[in-house]
Amino acid sequence: MAILRTENLTYIYGEGTPFQKTAVDNVTLEIQKGEIIGVIGHTGSGKSTLIQHFNGLLKPTSGKVFFNGVDIWAGKKVLPDLRFKVGLVFQYPEYQIFEETVYKDIAYGPSNMKLDKDEIKRCVTETADILGITSDMLNRSPFELSGGQKRRVAIAGVMAMRPEVLILDEPTAGLDPRGRYTILELIKKYNKTTGCTVLIVSHSMEDMAEYAQRIIVMNQSGLFCFDKTADVFARSEEISQMGLDVPQITKVFNELKKSGIVFDDEIYTVRYAKEKILEYISRRDGTGLCSKI
Amino acid sequence: MLKDITIGQYFPGNSIIHRLDARFKIIITIIFIIMLFVADGFASIIIGVIFMIMSYILTRIPVKLMFKSLRPVIPILFFTAVLNVFFYEGDVIFHLWFIKITDEGVKNASFMLIRVISLIVGSSILTYTTSPVALTDAIERLMSPLKKFKFPVHEIAMMMTIALRFIPTLIEETDKIISAQKARGADFENGNLKQRISAVIPVIIPLFVSAFKRAEELAIAMECRCYHGGEGRTRLRKSQIKISDFTALACSIAFLAGIITTDYLLK
Repeated sequence: MAILRTENLTYIYGEGTPFQKTAVDNVTLEIQKGEIIGVIGHTGSGKSTLIQHFNGLLKPTSGKVFFNGVDIWAGKKVLPDLRFKVGLVFQYPEYQIFEETVYKDIAYGPSNMKLDKDEIKRCVTETADILGITSDMLNRSPFELSGGQKRRVAIAGVMAMRPEVLILDEPTAGLDPRGRYTILELIKKYNKTTGCTVLIVSHSMEDMAEYAQRIIVMNQSGLFCFDKTADVFARSEEISQMGLDVPQITKVFNELKKSGIVFDDEIYTVRYAKEKILEYISRRDGTGLCSKI
Repeated sequence: MLKDITIGQYFPGNSIIHRLDARFKIIITIIFIIMLFVADGFASIIIGVIFMIMSYILTRIPVKLMFKSLRPVIPILFFTAVLNVFFYEGDVIFHLWFIKITDEGVKNASFMLIRVISLIVGSSILTYTTSPVALTDAIERLMSPLKKFKFPVHEIAMMMTIALRFIPTLIEETDKIISAQKARGADFENGNLKQRISAVIPVIIPLFVSAFKRAEELAIAMECRCYHGGEGRTRLRKSQIKISDFTALACSIAFLAGIITTDYLLK
């Protein structure tokens, strides 16, 4: 059974006013347990609005959202504890940090879950461990930390609630390359160790190619496609037309294809590209390739 | 939820009132406030109300908008009106156990209601029809004689402009922080008073942190563009006083005179 499912989900901002705007238009999708899913789409395509439906922050204008098969808006209020089961990390999450120490800030979510002290402590230290937050850092003020460290603390604040689904809205925005890499690797590690489903909203196609197993593509408030990463980047023409990018390495291979060097697979990571090129060279003893170029 | 606040909002338009010089609008608003407080009887306050309704019609702003700006103060108005009804000495017109309503009480309560509502509507007309920039500009120029007494007129006007400019930004930011803390299980709707107050802390602190940060960035950005205070600063738009401005002013003075004479004659 799908962990998250939407059925004809539609959300309209400011309904009945002159500023009315459909932000999410009739989206039906299914997310399986344990997947890492990428969400892409240009600015204003409705991705942020879509993800805020998954933890019940927004109530759909029409359509339904199911978590583990249960309609989250079946009752008057949103399903209790849903916010703890579907953790949402907003863009620039460091702006929500408020406690005196890193420990207390990470403990904010778990203490809202009304856990007892020992459990809270376990949640915090375990999460800190996964995210590489040292015990020395736990006792410092979060406002003394560097940008990348703050980001990790803020993500830890949501992870510590042990959500079954973790949604991150542009977790690497504004970070330097090393910071991006660290955060994404840690998220991947978290997915592996806990089996938690992860959704990442990102503008970086390289990151998506590297980490996402399936990708949701949003375009003009609607769902353009939801496919395996390779299948999505196979449609690079359409994706470029939408104003989105494809990984640079895919562009390189698209050009190679035009000049007559055709690879049968869709290539979207550098690692895979290297393998394929080596295979190509060895297959043709290098001579054929050289003469062609 | 926070987006419903409309007090102090500008409603763009091109009516006669919109085109009046902001300085004159401020002075006329002050005259209108004087009218309300000088008026002593129902006859004279009605004259003030007529003046207000006339100017309101001229603004061509939807009535719905005005009601929206009145809505937040209704509970306070109602409360004070009720207090006024019950606690005034005079001829008793209604008596039940310890509750007694006097004619003076009813008179005072309704008088106060008219006065306060007119006050809000009147000043809303000013803010609805004047852009914040024009408004602070006008305040600066009206207060400029105070410069002689080393009063920091320009600085205060600039501070007001910046404050007005950042209200929507901060509201948006607050909304965002509230959502983020809700995602971490914050509960703003349930709990006793103490719990509710402490639920606000996770919103207030990040808001302050980012406001300070914004202020610092703004200061740097202003310095980068060589801002150095009001000395020798020229304006892009120079407001010119027109005949219509004087007409409007004369009109308001006439109404004020009308109110004073009505009161005098009725006495």
